Amino acid sequence: MAKLSLRGVVKQFGANTVCDGIDLDVDEGEMVCLIGASGAGKSTLLRCINLLEAVEDGEIFLDGEDIAEPGLNPQAVRARIGMVFQSFNLFPHMTALENAMLAPRRVHGRSKADLVDEVEDLFKRFGLADRMQNYPDQLSGGQQQRVAIIRALAMRPEVMLFDEITSALDPQLVGEVLDVLLMLKQQGMTMVLATHEMGFARHAADKVCFLKDGKIIEEGPPEALFDAPEREETKAFLARALK
Amino acid sequence: MTRRARYEAQQRKRSLMIAATSTLAVVACIVIFVPMTPGWEKVQRSFFNGAVLADTFPKLLDAFKINLMIFSWSAPAIAILGLLIALARDAKSPALFPLRIFGATFTDVFRGVPVILTVYLIGFGIPGLGLPRPWNSPYIWGSLALILTYSAYVAEIFRSGIDSVHQSQRSAALSLGLSERQVMRDVVLPQAIRNVVPSQMNMLIALQKDVSLLSFIGPVEIFRQAGVFKSLTANFTPYVGAAIIFLIVTIPATRYADYLMAKQMRDRS
Repeated sequence: MAKLSLRGVVKQFGANTVCDGIDLDVDEGEMVCLIGASGAGKSTLLRCINLLEAVEDGEIFLDGEDIAEPGLNPQAVRARIGMVFQSFNLFPHMTALENAMLAPRRVHGRSKADLVDEVEDLFKRFGLADRMQNYPDQLSGGQQQRVAIIRALAMRPEVMLFDEITSALDPQLVGEVLDVLLMLKQQGMTMVLATHEMGFARHAADKVCFLKDGKIIEEGPPEALFDAPEREETKAFLARALK
Repeated sequence: MTRRARYEAQQRKRSLMIAATSTLAVVACIVIFVPMTPGWEKVQRSFFNGAVLADTFPKLLDAFKINLMIFSWSAPAIAILGLLIALARDAKSPALFPLRIFGATFTDVFRGVPVILTVYLIGFGIPGLGLPRPWNSPYIWGSLALILTYSAYVAEIFRSGIDSVHQSQRSAALSLGLSERQVMRDVVLPQAIRNVVPSQMNMLIALQKDVSLLSFIGPVEIFRQAGVFKSLTANFTPYVGAAIIFLIVTIPATRYADYLMAKQMRDRS
């Protein structure tokens, strides 16, 4: 059974259908990359999986349990699924360490003392041990995004969602964030990425899905999708994206 | 010195000259023409009388302690009530709907009525119920009138602060599994309050001045005390003294609020 399964997911904003019946399976420990033009529905799909957007129709199964059930309390689900955003969204009034400890303290009711070793360990692992006491505005974009990843990881999520997390970064800072993703993949994290980093998707993803107009047009292992796309739309997009 | 720096130095000198000349001209006009007005002698005697000022100033300062006292208990009450009203107006749960209506009505009513009228209605009306001492004290009901009025404004400022926190902050907090309440308390409010500190400073300054409105229902604070001295000395100088005392407090406070405001603008850009 897949760790995460989407069946016929539909999301509309008014008359605008942003996700139009999406099916997707993500196995445990798999990295799936969603590619496609801006507005294709990649970000919205991630927000639906994390229940930040309520889906109109369809099912989302996490370990076989339908989390898209209307009326379900979303908090417990979100605590199991981490999400990282394009614009970092760190809490500016807290230090990096406080950012990472807030949710485990509040949601899991753990004490600071109980948490601090574990969270400091995350900072060390991702090369930010000397930045824990800094406030977000004292950090570079790449560092902020790594803190945002640590913040999500501190909840010990089962699945991580990454929403174009390198799009707001200067080119020379992209690498340090992508390295973190590779580390997570090695550790067996289940991940779904919306990304414009075609090079990264090609060599790191287990599966790549091409979205257009709220539908998955084509999906497959990266070699197949990038080197021998079957659909005309995919070819056209890749021709533009890889130029 | 570079070409540019030379040019700018020259421009600065020029602006300074113009500013100095125009200021001098205005001051000269006032110094020359005001004393030429027919009533100047009289105004000078009745508003700027040094002897009266020296005589009454210490006692005015004493009376000002009453203002400070009323201010010191009203301001925290306003901060708390204002925040509660702001939160009530943003309450989402259907069970709290009455609270939302209450919040909206509260702000509409107390922002819509002149402060002095609220002071009169509450300050005279409630003791009129025949309450026993000390519950008929104008200090209590006058302060309440100020607290209600100012809470309505302060609540609106808090709300604008809450709205000013970007939606993405909420998304990030929710995505971590926090509840709506936790998001508000740990993420939104701390930022919202910080954002509105300069505006709230201005409310504090306004409150400091409006405490004087309580003089109309009894308390002998500085404005009332100045009135008493005016009658005793048949001279208006005590009012000028009172104005000076207010300015000693409000000018630094206003400058500080402006500084905070400018700093915030800088930080955001």
